[in-house]
Amino acid sequence: MDLNNIQKYLLKEIADMEGTPDGAYNIRSDSCAIDRKSTENVEITSKEIGSGLDIKIKPNTKGETVYIPVVISKSGLKEEVLNDFFVGEGADVTIVAGCGIDNCGNDDSEHDGIHRFFVGKNAKIRYVEKHYGSGDGKGKRILNPVTEVYMEEDSYVEMEMVQIKGVDDTTRTTVADLKAGSRLVVRERLMTHGDQKAFSVYTVNLNGEGAGADIVSRGVARDDSYQKLDLKIVGNAACTGHTECDSIIMDNGKILAVPALEANDVDASLVHEAAIGKIAGEQLIKLMTLGLTEAEAEEQIINGFLR
Amino acid sequence: MLKIQDLSFRVDNDGQDKEIIQNINLEIPAGKLFVITGPNGGGKSTLAKLIAGIEKPTSGKIIFNGEDITEKSITERARMGIAFAFQQPVKFKGIRVLDLIRLAAGKKLTVTEACVYLSSVGLCAREYIDREVNSSLSGGELKRIEIATVLARQSLLTVFDEPEAGIDLWSFGNLIEVFRQQREEIKDKTILIISHQERILNIADEIVVLDSGFVRTQGRKDIVIPSLIGTSSAVKECRGAQKGEC
Repeated sequence: MDLNNIQKYLLKEIADMEGTPDGAYNIRSDSCAIDRKSTENVEITSKEIGSGLDIKIKPNTKGETVYIPVVISKSGLKEEVLNDFFVGEGADVTIVAGCGIDNCGNDDSEHDGIHRFFVGKNAKIRYVEKHYGSGDGKGKRILNPVTEVYMEEDSYVEMEMVQIKGVDDTTRTTVADLKAGSRLVVRERLMTHGDQKAFSVYTVNLNGEGAGADIVSRGVARDDSYQKLDLKIVGNAACTGHTECDSIIMDNGKILAVPALEANDVDASLVHEAAIGKIAGEQLIKLMTLGLTEAEAEEQIINGFLR
Repeated sequence: MLKIQDLSFRVDNDGQDKEIIQNINLEIPAGKLFVITGPNGGGKSTLAKLIAGIEKPTSGKIIFNGEDITEKSITERARMGIAFAFQQPVKFKGIRVLDLIRLAAGKKLTVTEACVYLSSVGLCAREYIDREVNSSLSGGELKRIEIATVLARQSLLTVFDEPEAGIDLWSFGNLIEVFRQQREEIKDKTILIISHQERILNIADEIVVLDSGFVRTQGRKDIVIPSLIGTSSAVKECRGAQKGEC
């Protein structure tokens, strides 16, 4: 697999990839699949219509990791991709996705990716998605990921969604439908700086008895950036749901947290927590008494918060 | 080691000036364990914060190892060798015990090296090293981690602001052992503890009694402790502490 330095750098940032990964993978760069590998248990094929992939994971596949990273280094490139993940019953796998855009030109680069997960009974997946932007051109780096999760009985999905740096505009939309006994855990981390804007919208429908969701979004808005966090859980059965927006604002950053809970069943138990504030003065002072400057202390606190 | 010269600290209290520290003069030599005691509201914690640079004095000077540090920042003082243990340990989301000890030491300690500091405050190190310094830890655990981070500083002057506050009796017994150990290894360093706990007063070389912002008494513990018995509010604090009320 021949990669240029920008591709290597972006793949390292978003998927922690150095060289050819173990397991199944598809590496997409500037709208082309530059390398792909299926395994005995994980089959990756191009969609017959439109741009995107079908990723089929056989039932009871255990311990495999699937890599589906996307990198864009051409200024002005805009693409829409639909990837479907079919996770067989009883499988237990990790899926590493993410998109990195390097834009050194003056035209906007944009990747709108839709990931749909069809998670079979008793299946368990860990999904890691990192978004990253770099390049010093005037063109924006725009990412609008849509994640749809359809969970069968007693399945488990853990999602780590991270956007730490360099993405100018993003609208992140996540929708999940959970059947009985299934559980969704989301840990989202967002940092915006400059005049970036990020919208994160979750709608989680707990449709079956014993379904559960725990959605935690931590955000830091620096400089003149803006974040809107719109987290909604709908309880349609005897279920448990928890959402938490925990945010730090700095400089002229602005954050709007819009919690929403909808209980349509008397046994639905739903909780929302939201907190927005600047870095606590006592935290800065504590780290300064350890010999850090105020700026170093701030950086440590943010790095920890977004870990 | 530390000289405090004509130090005053005033605050605006509903439009009226309130003097928390009033023209204090103190000299604290190296190689000693000093305890500053006195009734609540007497200015003890404020004095500790003035030494660490967390508060700025209204007037007067603080000299550390011959250098005037009155205008120096918290960071500068920390780098010169002043460590400060908070009365109420600060909590952090996402920062682990290991991270905090490494920051305190100013170098990337191995897990084993960091665990030595946790063990010295009576914590089963491996159980705590990867935990976040957040609300999931009890008051006693947080306090002991706070003290471990301060020990990792290896500073010339270490100031403990009411280390007994908010901890259980078992943790307190362990804390006394930590201070005894520190006392044994003190050499050219200085330990300054703000406390009204009799067991802490008993391990001091010298005691300063601070009341209403003034130094009421200063001297060797064998002279100062008897003078406290049956007198001012500082004694009530000591008796309260004996009953485990601290």
